[in-house]
Amino acid sequence: MGSVERHWDGVRLHVVTGKGGTGKTTVAAALALALARDGKKVLLVEVEDRQGIAQVFDAPPVGYVAHKIANAPGGGSVLALAVEAKAALLEYVQLFYKLGRAAAVLERFGAVDFATTIAPGIRDVLLTGKVYEAVRRREGGRYVYDAVVLDAPPTGRIVRFLNVNAEVVGLARVGPIRHQAQAITSLLHSPQSVVHLVSVLEEMPVQETADGVRDLTAAGLAVGGIVVNLVREPVLGARRLSAAGKGALDVDEVRAGLGAAGLSATPALVDGLLVQAREHADRLALERRERAALDALGPVIYELPALVAGVDLGGLYLLADRLHAQGMA
Amino acid sequence: MTSRGTARSRRTSAGPPDLDVDALLTDRGTRIIVCCGAGGVGKTTTAAALALRAAEGGRSVVVLTIDPARRLAQAMGLDQLDNTPRQVAGIAAGKGGRLDAMMLDMKRTFDEIVQSHSTPERSQQILANPFYQALSSSFAGTQEYMAMERLGQLRAQADREGTWDLIVVDTPPSRSALDFLDAPARLGSFLDGRFIKLLLAPAKVGGRAYLKVFSTGVSLVTGTLTKVLGAQVLSDISTFVAALDTMFGGFRERADVTYRLLQQKGTSFIVVATPEPDALREASYFVDRLASEQMPLAGLVLNRVHNVAAPLSAERALAAAETLAEHKEHPLTAQLLRLHAERAKVMAREQSMTTRFTATHPHVPRAQVAALAQDVHDLPSLRRVGRDLARR
Repeated sequence: MGSVERHWDGVRLHVVTGKGGTGKTTVAAALALALARDGKKVLLVEVEDRQGIAQVFDAPPVGYVAHKIANAPGGGSVLALAVEAKAALLEYVQLFYKLGRAAAVLERFGAVDFATTIAPGIRDVLLTGKVYEAVRRREGGRYVYDAVVLDAPPTGRIVRFLNVNAEVVGLARVGPIRHQAQAITSLLHSPQSVVHLVSVLEEMPVQETADGVRDLTAAGLAVGGIVVNLVREPVLGARRLSAAGKGALDVDEVRAGLGAAGLSATPALVDGLLVQAREHADRLALERRERAALDALGPVIYELPALVAGVDLGGLYLLADRLHAQGMA
Repeated sequence: MTSRGTARSRRTSAGPPDLDVDALLTDRGTRIIVCCGAGGVGKTTTAAALALRAAEGGRSVVVLTIDPARRLAQAMGLDQLDNTPRQVAGIAAGKGGRLDAMMLDMKRTFDEIVQSHSTPERSQQILANPFYQALSSSFAGTQEYMAMERLGQLRAQADREGTWDLIVVDTPPSRSALDFLDAPARLGSFLDGRFIKLLLAPAKVGGRAYLKVFSTGVSLVTGTLTKVLGAQVLSDISTFVAALDTMFGGFRERADVTYRLLQQKGTSFIVVATPEPDALREASYFVDRLASEQMPLAGLVLNRVHNVAAPLSAERALAAAETLAEHKEHPLTAQLLRLHAERAKVMAREQSMTTRFTATHPHVPRAQVAALAQDVHDLPSLRRVGRDLARR
């Protein structure tokens, strides 16, 4: 597939968001695998304490130190990291302020809990800060990771999450946290970062995707692609589909077919098949409407099939292949 | 939980007991139903469908939704987010019931608490504080806290005015489904903790002299915070906390009251999931957590369950389709058989997933809602979901 144009060359941070239940983590994992093809090194990061990456890769829990979780075709590798706010805070405090025992005192006074759970935005600042650090990390004059894929919070919270640093810049008019926040903000708003949205062809996820595209754009964050997940292949052709939707399929023909296949054409079987055909047609009609709504949004659209057996590790590589073939990575 | 479960359910020969939704909804002892579960599993739809069914069964119901799909909100007449219950038009009121619906506005709920607990000048001061503004609109957990707060308010209003005899609550689309149980306690422990006293110190003692009064530990903490956050943020927080000081008792007390309300006999939790690994895992955590918090679980609602309409195994359907394809005849029937085989496979996968849940939680009563070909965004389709829920 070397001839396919890569749509996101030059992008170093791929943020993947989507409504809950759309398969955001699966898509982020498949994208990381696809980006790691041919000898690349890609970091896959999660920030919601859900251990979603470990589940998708069927691997032991992912920790606060990046470790390799999968090999990509052609010698590349995917590393995984679960960022945790408390650890990020302590690390941050050590790194920037050389505090030594102050860290323990902070913890004892409840300041760590305060900062990571109660204080507005601090948690998100720490999480995005760690991602920022990974994107920018260099060793021997070159970047450690060719790309970073962030399995981000869901669409409903993504703008607030990514823009938390801009908010902090507003709150903290001076101080070191302001500098950190400014640096993160400029990375997220640079051509090195894009936000991909995962959707499925149902009303609410599509609506949220539309809202997400609008809100991200308004916040000055670059929208990448829209990944339509769980797409089903139509089993019936267009003409039959339309007849099925109207309940106008040829019943005698169905009966004759069942007979020819050696099945007994009981009313329950015939009616059941017709009901299913009608529901399938209704479903596809709905999906077509929702797909048209997504097309109208503007961003490039990628499709991933629904795997009847569910997504296992093999399925993940298959999805990565599909993303690669469509030019997403 | 178990006594309730058995009273309301009928054990089938194999598998979990059925959740008797109608018994739950018509029981006048049921005062609060909380729908919880992972994001995207249909909590809001389930809450709305239960509320509608209860109302059409003769109860006076208010449903508190957090973030409904636009068209579902419109179907319930919720065109604006104004934090006030509005009567839903178009319900069958033959049995004397009524349905009110509202959408949570967390900032407004927070503002109202502030206003009702302090003088006009002081509340002005708080509402204008930048730290308060950030906290009330973006602190992770505010939505959860405010949902619980609003539930407490609705319950108090129901008791006072006799407006509603059933409150159905949707829970926020949290990072974790458990956040709404934890957030109020977390806020409470923060407000009671040492840290808040520390933050209060500068405002109370005045100036920087307090540093000498307190231990070096304290100065280390404030010094560090000043370094990390900057002095101005710290002073904003400090002013805010001082201004809120008078209300803290109120906050904590109410969080406790709401928490106890959730443990009472008239409360029932419904855990919502879809037959997918993530959603069932969350559901499983939730069931365990409710048990350890002694909160009454009514049962599990499984949404978007695929089933087959035709009595034929996937294997036989595929074999028959292949036979027809080989002979190049009856393409329509062959396609219908393939369609059937696909659906049967999906069904089998979902069943194996839910079997695992059942193995871990064999006594949790269950109701199922079939996957619909269309989205739910009007009263008739909500009714249909309600009927599905009640089918045993």
